[in-house]
Amino acid sequence: MKRRQGDARLLWGTAILIALIVCALVAPALGNILGHASPTDIGDVLATRLVRPLGTDGSGTLHWLGTDAFGRDVLGRLWLGARISLGVGVVGASLAGVLGIALGLIAAWRGGPTDRIILAISDALLAIPRLVLLLVVATLWGPGLITVVVILALTGWMSVARLVRADVLGVRTLPYVEAAEAIGVPTRNLLFRHILPNALGSARVAITLGIGNAMLLESGLSFLGLGVQPPTPSWGNMISGGRDWLLIAPWIALSPGVALILTVVACTLIGDALTSRADARATSQRPAAAT
Amino acid sequence: MHHPRVHRILSRTLDALLLLWLVTSLTFVLVHLAPGDAASLLVSPTATAQELAQRRAELGLDGSLVTQYGRWIASVLQGELGNSLALSRPVTAVIADALPLSLALGGVSLTLSFLVGVPIGAWQSAREGTRADTVCTVLTTTLYAAPSFWLALALIAIATTGAAALNAPEWMRLPAFGVRDPAALGTGFDAVRDVVRHAALPLLVLTIPGAAGVARYARQTMIEARRAPHVATAHARGIPERRVSSRYVLRNAWPPLLVLLGLMLPGIVAGSVFVEQVFAWPGLGRAMMTSIASRDYPVVLALTMVYSATVIGANLLADVALLRVDPRRRAE
Repeated sequence: MKRRQGDARLLWGTAILIALIVCALVAPALGNILGHASPTDIGDVLATRLVRPLGTDGSGTLHWLGTDAFGRDVLGRLWLGARISLGVGVVGASLAGVLGIALGLIAAWRGGPTDRIILAISDALLAIPRLVLLLVVATLWGPGLITVVVILALTGWMSVARLVRADVLGVRTLPYVEAAEAIGVPTRNLLFRHILPNALGSARVAITLGIGNAMLLESGLSFLGLGVQPPTPSWGNMISGGRDWLLIAPWIALSPGVALILTVVACTLIGDALTSRADARATSQRPAAAT
Repeated sequence: MHHPRVHRILSRTLDALLLLWLVTSLTFVLVHLAPGDAASLLVSPTATAQELAQRRAELGLDGSLVTQYGRWIASVLQGELGNSLALSRPVTAVIADALPLSLALGGVSLTLSFLVGVPIGAWQSAREGTRADTVCTVLTTTLYAAPSFWLALALIAIATTGAAALNAPEWMRLPAFGVRDPAALGTGFDAVRDVVRHAALPLLVLTIPGAAGVARYARQTMIEARRAPHVATAHARGIPERRVSSRYVLRNAWPPLLVLLGLMLPGIVAGSVFVEQVFAWPGLGRAMMTSIASRDYPVVLALTMVYSATVIGANLLADVALLRVDPRRRAE
């Protein structure tokens, strides 16, 4: 019963994510081949702008999600923006994950002052709301794609580091690790072959959830004009661009938001499924806990 | 007898103060290392290097990073936060204007989030795995994922054009900007009504994802609490379900929910930055945006301090409250 539910969440989450990624990669090229609904070229603006969803413009081209104030196809731009938004989310969260795993491992393995310093930095960064930190850095150092990714990585590693640290501390006292240490396995092998693979369970969940989080933050920064700069489309700056037309053409601002929600929900579903799988494993190893 | 507990609270407080110092110092370095400063934005474009340097000295932006840091920390320790560079007003006045507005918005929405979210989560946890539970989970997960600025725009569209298109009654067409209607002269009840109407949309935007998040979390913790052997025993003894929920399940779910209260604050802060921006609500979030843009260091630093102090303080309070509600922690 429980198993099946977990699998459904994993299935749905992965299916949504894969579908989005495939569309992001394929759809813009496909649109160019078919030669309609170009999301970038601005032609006869007056004939093509502010077309309603499922409406056709002056030349008879169908626009699934309508067009924006410049006559650009919203769906086409959505897929172009997906490349940026998904890319920033995945790369930002992965970099944060790698940083977190490394720091968590070092903190747990070294212990002592190293451990305390890493924990203190992580506490300090957690105490500043992440958005405030992002705002300060993005405004002061100039907005842009690279800045956003770097800041997402630098402000997103703390939870991963804490989880990895706790897991490493738990794993390193297990008999097989002691045994490996006793027979003289070199430290590097001990860490990367024996300890780390068993200490990534909760970190995996945190990184998955981090992707959704990073995408939300990117879109927020872009919405405030501090992230990805137009005309490069990202879901955040598309929402921001549609803001002025909200009352006349709400689809411009609302469509990218729906895409964003869908992606974050997919990440959450995968994260939830992974969490309960890890929990199930933990309880099955503890024979005392019935049900 | 109370000694270990007092000692623990004291040491936690000390940790919190250290953390606050670390955070503000970090922000200080971050802000001052950034290219460009307030002086270069305040002088005329034709100013000579000499004029710029003079302006810098007036604003206290001359000297090395260490000198400036020393000057700043000395004044902060005397309780002096300085003057805003861009607004020529004391920083404390800027904050005193904005803080109540943000606190009101954040506090009310946090309270509403718990009042709405916990019952939903509790209700779901008693029906784990049923269709009703799945539908609720899909709903809360979706609402929790909605970015606040997008939700704000969607609600504005609904409350204005949507309400007009549907011929909704006048009271449902809510204002989307500011705190008061500029034309409103009413006092007493009329004024209160005006403010409440202006606050309705921002509150909804903050409360919807908040309540959804609380519901998700409450559901999970209460499902875990339900798995405990003593709950099975209570059921076996034939104790009514309602009593089991309130006395055996909810009581054990309180500590994690308290921790959540502390964890949710950064989210409320982040949400309020967007919400205040979209709805022109003159609180801390808007002050933050303007002060960053004008390189108004004293205000940026003070606001970061306020934000971090709130987060750290809330975590400290949650910690202390945990000692009260969870006897196991007292033994640690």
